[in-house]
Amino acid sequence: MRKKLKSSVAEKKNEVLGSLKSLGTNVYDQLDSGYFPSISMPSRSTENINYDPHLRQFILGDKSVRRSARNIRHVKPFTQLVWAARFSHELASQRKTSTLRDVYYSAQAYAMTFKDQQESNNIITDLETVLGFSREDFNIFPEERSAVFGDLTIEYTVPGYEGRTLNLTSHPDGVLIGPALTSSEFVSTTANKVIAIEKGGLFTRFIEENVHKKFNAVLVLTAGQAPRATRHFIRRLHKEMDLPVYIFTDGDPWGMHIAMVIISGSANAAHLRELNTPDAKWSGVWATDIINYKLPTDPLDDVDIKRLYELQRDPRYKEDPLWQKEIKTFLKIKRKAEQEAFSRYGLTYIVDEYLPTKLEENT
Amino acid sequence: MAQATFEEISASDFFYRNRDIAGFTNPSRAIFAAIRELVENSLDATESQKIPPDIYVRLSFEGEASKDTQIYKLRVEDNGSGIQPRFIPSAFGQVLYGSKYKLKQTRGTFGLGGKMAVLYGQIMTHQPAYVTSSTGLAKVYSFKLMIDIQRNRPVILERKVLINKEQWRGTIVEFTLEGDYLRAKSKILEYFKQTAMVNPYANLTFVDPKGRLYKFTRVTTDMPDPPKETEPHPYGVDVELLQRLIQVTPYRNMSEFLKQHFHRVGDITAQKFLEFSGLSPSKNPKRLSHEEVVRLMQNLKKFKEFLPPDASCLSPLGEGLLKAGIMKELKPEYLVVNQRKPSTYAGHPFIIEMGIAYGGEIPRKGGFIIYRFANKIPLLYDEASDVSFRVINSMNWRRYKVSPDMPIAIVVHICSTKVPYKTVGKEFISDRPEVRREVANALREIARQLHRFLSKREHVDREKRRLSIFAKYLPKIAQFSSSLAGKEKLPDVKKLIKSVQKYEKEA
Repeated sequence: MRKKLKSSVAEKKNEVLGSLKSLGTNVYDQLDSGYFPSISMPSRSTENINYDPHLRQFILGDKSVRRSARNIRHVKPFTQLVWAARFSHELASQRKTSTLRDVYYSAQAYAMTFKDQQESNNIITDLETVLGFSREDFNIFPEERSAVFGDLTIEYTVPGYEGRTLNLTSHPDGVLIGPALTSSEFVSTTANKVIAIEKGGLFTRFIEENVHKKFNAVLVLTAGQAPRATRHFIRRLHKEMDLPVYIFTDGDPWGMHIAMVIISGSANAAHLRELNTPDAKWSGVWATDIINYKLPTDPLDDVDIKRLYELQRDPRYKEDPLWQKEIKTFLKIKRKAEQEAFSRYGLTYIVDEYLPTKLEENT
Repeated sequence: MAQATFEEISASDFFYRNRDIAGFTNPSRAIFAAIRELVENSLDATESQKIPPDIYVRLSFEGEASKDTQIYKLRVEDNGSGIQPRFIPSAFGQVLYGSKYKLKQTRGTFGLGGKMAVLYGQIMTHQPAYVTSSTGLAKVYSFKLMIDIQRNRPVILERKVLINKEQWRGTIVEFTLEGDYLRAKSKILEYFKQTAMVNPYANLTFVDPKGRLYKFTRVTTDMPDPPKETEPHPYGVDVELLQRLIQVTPYRNMSEFLKQHFHRVGDITAQKFLEFSGLSPSKNPKRLSHEEVVRLMQNLKKFKEFLPPDASCLSPLGEGLLKAGIMKELKPEYLVVNQRKPSTYAGHPFIIEMGIAYGGEIPRKGGFIIYRFANKIPLLYDEASDVSFRVINSMNWRRYKVSPDMPIAIVVHICSTKVPYKTVGKEFISDRPEVRREVANALREIARQLHRFLSKREHVDREKRRLSIFAKYLPKIAQFSSSLAGKEKLPDVKKLIKSVQKYEKEA
């Protein structure tokens, strides 16, 4: 049993509410003094997104943009931004959650129609940029959900569940990484590592095969590209519970990049911090595994190859020689393999043979 | 061996055999042409006296003629000058009655007027025509007529004289003809609508065979001055005309002959011209040899010092009346008209009047709607061959920010003592450089003004939209920020909205 580490969940809530309110006060005061209100925020244009080797993630540069209600092209998005802040404040203070889709529809109640979902998503990203918090902090979650399973005890902070605890082995399908779990405090764990898995089938197989027990692991299903809440969750497991993180994905450029985003974050979230886990390891499936384990493969198609060349130039892939080596191997063998490919050696081979070897290799 | 025989045919006979030329091509076209000829006669008869026209046209069903055609009775009444009784039989019963040594802007496309219509009716139905007329004096004269086609003579079947108690003035023509109204209907109605457009001072009433009433009411009693007769201009004469003039002239020397029979030829011009062509001023024109006549004609065209024809003989509609007519029939949102200064082609004066109408009740057709008129009559066929169609379509409309999918109607009116029709069909204007230039200039002028209107409107619209955006969002910003900041009192944004208002009056 590990000692309970008090996280910043409650503290952060207040911080978020405060910053939303001060945005409102700022705009209000400008209007009240007879000025067109304006708001400055860091620019999210491509030229202002830089890779920070120290933080090992993308960050925004010094360029900033100013949204002014005096500008005919800005006045609508400006209003939407203030509305989004007000909506988020209401959500957060009532401890309710919402989805991006929900935001899109809620706006219509205020005759604030968004042109499409993309426009409303952009406004939420603006709000993140202005305040430096991620949308999950405003209780706005994306639709896609991922799951976690393993010996981790958490304590809820959501209304109606405050103080209640749950052990994350209690449901064999895993527990959804939703708003309630994201906002809960970590109490204790016996695990000594986190294994993140790209696909649901393998996640279920690992639970069935007692991987969490055999390897003392908390299993996280990323369900494709990991949602931000999940990335933040993995980071907290690493930081607060001191657990090393291993990532298993398909053996192709896309799987490789799922691992990379968990490790170094995405350019889209350059305005945010604390979503990545720089010390996490990509444990497979590597291009070299395809050769070593003689896995059944598919040929790489044109988009795969194009993607590999893109990744080759990406600063995040220059950190560790492993990446460049694997990219080169992919390009050489021109084949890819899915995690399920290990089934050719029997259902338990991946757990009994492959996993121990790979975990060994990484440590 | 059979011997070929040649026989003389009368003018009536000629047109009977060649009725296509006069527009009586088929049953539907014939009924249209008959109405049109008589209505135009009536319009000329009223206009020459500056009487606002009241024209009543009734077409009634008389019986079936063949599978596709019916017998109709056509009655046209007007309140025009009326015809003196001694001229009535010839006016309606003799083709090409009257002599034309003078020129005048008239509607009649063929100078046949109602005669051809009456002739056609007689050919198809063997029924007489009834003509009643009075010049407003004591008596009304009524004739029952037929045409002796071979001899080209009117045959009076009945003649009645009535007392004109009500001092009625005008002419009523009634006769039967064969035709196909159903197929002609849309053209006939279009004809009335367009006629009303260039005759805004006329009341036109049409009752069709089904008893439906179509009424086009005048919006003004102002009328253009009636066209005046004028002598032919030297540039416009041919050998035939010269010879006819020589035959009828009472003048016995060249100098008088030129001065009296030609437009804008005075003492000095006549003298200079005779020197130029080496003719003695005292020469008797009747003594000119055939070769001399031909040379005279050539010299008339060569001589550079004739004054250009004077357009005072023309009777254009004028910008005011054209505007009133287009407004009344098309009900556009915006209208601009332009009358060009008189110009000439081949010795004939002409004036181009154009209008461009936008929006309102004008439909979007994916192309400009073009209304063409010559001497105040609508041209309804062969649009694509007309010079104005070509000018309109070769214009760079983008320069004027105008696109063909806008609701736009363009009206072109040419008036001339001799309208430059291209073919005998007389349905479109030929592409003469002088005419083309005038049409293009008029079009550019009205297009410029339309452009000005469109850009001003766009500007005002944009300004309105701009203001409405601020007016919509600033109060919301006030509302949301107040509630976010936890303030009771909303900040006042009226001043801010006012500050973005650029154009006080228009917005």
